[in-house]
Amino acid sequence: MAATGSRPKLAVWKFASCDGCQLSILDLEDELLMLAEEIEIAYFMEASRATVEGPYDLSLVEGSVTTAADAERIREVRRVSRRLVTIGACATAGGIQALRNFADVGEFVSAVYASPSYISTLETSTPISENVSVDYELHGCPIDKRQLLEVISAFLAQRAPAIPSYSVCVECKRRGNVCVTVAHGTPCLGPVTHAGCGALCPAHDRGCYGCFGPMETPNTASLSAWTRGLGAETSDLIRAYRSFNANAPAFRAASELEEGR
Amino acid sequence: MSGGDGGTRRIETGYLSRVEGEGAMHVRLRGDEVLGVELRIYEPPRFFEALLRGRALGEAPDITARICGICPVAYQTSACQAMEDALGIEVGGQLRDLRRLIYCGEWIQSHSLHLYLLHAPDFLGYESGFAMARDHREVVERGLRAKKAGNRLIAAVGGREVHPVNVRVGGFYRAPERRELEGLVAELERCRSEALETVRWTAGLDFPELERDYELVSLRSPLEGEYPIDRGRIVSSKGIDVAAAEFDDTFEEEQVAHSTALHARVRARGSYLTGPMARFNLNRGRLSPLAAEAAREAGIGDGSLNPFRSIVVRAVEILYAFDEALRLIDAYERPDTPAVEFEPRAAVGHGVSEAPRGLLYHRYEITEAGEIASAWIVPPTSQNQRSIEEDLREFVAANTHLPDEELRHRCEQTIRNYDPCISCSTHFLTLEVERE
Repeated sequence: MAATGSRPKLAVWKFASCDGCQLSILDLEDELLMLAEEIEIAYFMEASRATVEGPYDLSLVEGSVTTAADAERIREVRRVSRRLVTIGACATAGGIQALRNFADVGEFVSAVYASPSYISTLETSTPISENVSVDYELHGCPIDKRQLLEVISAFLAQRAPAIPSYSVCVECKRRGNVCVTVAHGTPCLGPVTHAGCGALCPAHDRGCYGCFGPMETPNTASLSAWTRGLGAETSDLIRAYRSFNANAPAFRAASELEEGR
Repeated sequence: MSGGDGGTRRIETGYLSRVEGEGAMHVRLRGDEVLGVELRIYEPPRFFEALLRGRALGEAPDITARICGICPVAYQTSACQAMEDALGIEVGGQLRDLRRLIYCGEWIQSHSLHLYLLHAPDFLGYESGFAMARDHREVVERGLRAKKAGNRLIAAVGGREVHPVNVRVGGFYRAPERRELEGLVAELERCRSEALETVRWTAGLDFPELERDYELVSLRSPLEGEYPIDRGRIVSSKGIDVAAAEFDDTFEEEQVAHSTALHARVRARGSYLTGPMARFNLNRGRLSPLAAEAAREAGIGDGSLNPFRSIVVRAVEILYAFDEALRLIDAYERPDTPAVEFEPRAAVGHGVSEAPRGLLYHRYEITEAGEIASAWIVPPTSQNQRSIEEDLREFVAANTHLPDEELRHRCEQTIRNYDPCISCSTHFLTLEVERE
């Protein structure tokens, strides 16, 4: 263990989100106390009252930017962070709350609040990368805690994280899952979705619903055609692409293509 | 921050720590008189009720899970039950037991996180669970073991800890094999023994004095002898006894300028308290013999209205959840089908369950095509907000002699008694005390 003062400083920041991705840090039950010895947890409001001033060696950012104040705050976070890694679908793609990007946010506010004037919000929910430069983006809604540990270890060792960029299909083959589409005709976003979950849904007899967002080079046009062949309607396809990663460019384009039909 | 300005005493916490989400507190004092207490939730709103409109009814469990990463199973359960109510289907037998089992995992995981890492440091004077671990490593490690066991249980039934993938309207996508659950038994048994230690440990903490005449609201199971988790009628210490469908007739929500979370109250009456304290006081006769005995030994066998003792109540509920999970696994036989199938129809449905932090109500209106026409979600923290403010008001009034920094810390602890989960402000908290 390094002596206090020379340990790298970690900060965890929250923007619009469900807290699930930062919870993944606390869900590292076997490694958590060791981690707290190896690195200085300098800013992590969900877990600690104590805060240490920046700059921070590594900032993990959860959540998307949805208010003017948060758009300002993320610039400050970037300024005090040597490395900035986004964790999860909200920070990486805008999250489920980015469904407002396809609608009228004013109408959304009126639908939920009796006095809309008390609420200040931006018209869009944007990923961190649309606001500041980011050093790495970890996918998932929620992220996988093993992948998170790999990213933290990699950045502290100043090496590239070993995170595969292939699709969920590869994970299914590795796990020995029977293909839910081929065997049961179940629609599945696995062919276009970024790996990382371990092909959880197909292992539970369910089609992938894309919570890790698009893989690097997704062929959504082909998948849409196949899914249509299984009896899916345009509205089903639009909903499938518009969930937790609706604003990720590849999924956004695929849903807009369907909408234009 | 704290300070005075022209005889004003002001104590504030701009960003409350060790709570899930973003909030703040503001208290204003003139001498010993408390002028105002505000719990401000400034979590940016995410408009779930608006974005659910037009989605397929089957998407509600996965979408609403994203309201809270700490208690997704609660959201999934209330959403499923509301849809099943609308569809007129009954999910019983082993499927209902599986639902209760995964919910036990969430109570264990969420309560252990709060008890050991977020709440206990207040009682022992540490800034965090990490700092507490330097002096009380064994205690924190015991907590992490319990939390891990809860998470493993959620993953065994649901596929993963945060936002489980296996829950659906009508039941599950795949029912686990009996041997998959049996593999958890040894760990759950060990953690159950340790949970008993935890109840004893929390009973030995120092509790500030505070007791109010709360209206306690919780579910009550239709099964005699069953502690409420996944279902039941809504009952209160002041005579409420209604079905989920009567929620709107019984409670109301209002918007206040200082919070993005709506405030709920009993119609024509006022604030109420939901969560572990309410569940325990209204249902303590329904605990398992082991949990009931532990509560007696911890000095709360006849109930307790001191919110600071909620840490003991959570310990008792953790013990109960381990006990109940073991009972459910012992009785489990894999059902023939993982879910009850359904046909969409135009209807309105109501669902309610006991999230770790309290009552969670969902109401959906669905169309004949199976789309969501409207959604209304009332999370526990919005129901408890008014009660938290009243606790703060009373606690501050009785403790104005304390120096600002200590008063601020105690106020934060008063808020943490509720394990407020601010991200669940489907509709948004900072601490400030101002003395005049």
